[in-house]
Amino acid sequence: MFAKGPSHSTALGPGCAGPPLANPQNFGQAGPGAHEHGSHQPSCGAAPFAVDASMLRSAGSQPHKHTQSPYVTGSSVLGITYAGGVMLASDTLASYGSTKRYKSVQRLVKVNETTVLGAGGEISDLQYILNMLDDLSTEDYCADDGQSLSSQELYSYLSRVMYNRRNKMDPLWNSLLIAGLESGKPFLGSVNMIGVAFSDDHLATGFGSHLARPLFRKKHRPDMSEEEATALIREALEVCYYRDKQSINKFQIAKVTTAGGVSISDAFALPTKWEYQAFVDPTRDAVGVW
Amino acid sequence: MFRNQYDTDVVTWSPQGRIHQVEYAMEAVKQGSTAVALKSNTHVVLATLNRADSELTSSLQKIFKVDDHLGIAASGLISDGRSLCKFMRSECLNHRYVYESAMPVTRLVREVADNAQVCTQRSWKRPYGVGLLVAGQDKSGPRLFYCCPSGNYYEYLAHAIGGRSQAARTYLERKHEEYPEASLDALDFKELDEAALRPYIDALKDAEGGGGGGGTAADDAAPMET
Repeated sequence: MFAKGPSHSTALGPGCAGPPLANPQNFGQAGPGAHEHGSHQPSCGAAPFAVDASMLRSAGSQPHKHTQSPYVTGSSVLGITYAGGVMLASDTLASYGSTKRYKSVQRLVKVNETTVLGAGGEISDLQYILNMLDDLSTEDYCADDGQSLSSQELYSYLSRVMYNRRNKMDPLWNSLLIAGLESGKPFLGSVNMIGVAFSDDHLATGFGSHLARPLFRKKHRPDMSEEEATALIREALEVCYYRDKQSINKFQIAKVTTAGGVSISDAFALPTKWEYQAFVDPTRDAVGVW
Repeated sequence: MFRNQYDTDVVTWSPQGRIHQVEYAMEAVKQGSTAVALKSNTHVVLATLNRADSELTSSLQKIFKVDDHLGIAASGLISDGRSLCKFMRSECLNHRYVYESAMPVTRLVREVADNAQVCTQRSWKRPYGVGLLVAGQDKSGPRLFYCCPSGNYYEYLAHAIGGRSQAARTYLERKHEEYPEASLDALDFKELDEAALRPYIDALKDAEGGGGGGGTAADDAAPMET
């Protein structure tokens, strides 16, 4: 966050920023046995590779910190099932507090041939989760027996992970939507940072759960066609963009269908209307303004 | 088997490139009681021959339910079989807890085999003395595997292990093409008992009495029935 001056590493020499040596070496000047090392210190003097928690505490340094608050966050994710598939949608913004910092972040990610993951909340934790899911996919690949994790299995796995982290008071600060096909039928599940998990025909995280879900409740049918589902999702995205301050007019939709597998659309914008008199002249009826 | 100077422990190779302790373990399976299994497109069926030592007791349990979708039949050192069964049950339960779904048979069988392989490569361990016929259903349909003390596993359409199993295997080889389309009844009472009991009937043709009854287990989408 704050700019730091270059730290010349005593290990690597001047002009190189790098770790300082834990025990400064006078190469060739001291005789053998002249250095005193704790048994946990490598003899080269560099910092030990594995962090020993007890060593940290005894050195009087900070205790092991747990996640207290998110820094770079994504906002809502919306999801609905329809005839023959399931659809997720989100915007492509990662906010840094109130600042709209990164405007091309893909928050909908393909996990395997039958599942898509959508995440709001801390983006670095999303990347960590994707790493974990990648490891699972690699295991499936190495087993080479034609079996891979279904979306319901991934949903159960993630709910265990999130709940476990919550129990350690070190949550992954995300609200996740898992969408896919489970034995050919559309599946949509939600897991949040405290491990609450449930599945339904339509779900949303963040502001979407307040803004979009009432629309879904009114207009959603499990046998909607893809066109109707797209129209409903776009309507919900529009409402979220109008009413959520941490959103931008740049969205993506991910689909998992029985016919076409997983596809994530290119980013698109929605038409918006700002010519309302109240926006043009917001202080018209206010007192004490000019 | 002849005793030789390279069979003292499992970490010694013979000059012929064999590890005798592993082969002796496989011999223990051959000396065990018969277990037979066969598979159709919808079901897998297991049977063991249960023999009571005397009139005062019933026989040892050799078929074990591992999970709702998976069961095993053991031949050889049944105590080793029980220990492996405990491990398999634990793995299936852990899988159910994390993924809320049935553990794929192939994955479980590979874990058992990896376990068995470790026991063939440590100086302080011995190979398992039990062969397992693993029968289960998962997303890929009915599966049947044989796990060997050597740490190998093989997939079968039908198989028999233990004493006098060669005759059973010959019978199964002849008849296995009928099995994919066969109904459960046909598999259960006709083929399985034939395959399991026939070797005994033939061997004991001249003796009085006969073998014990057969226990069968069928695995399908419903819980495993014994």
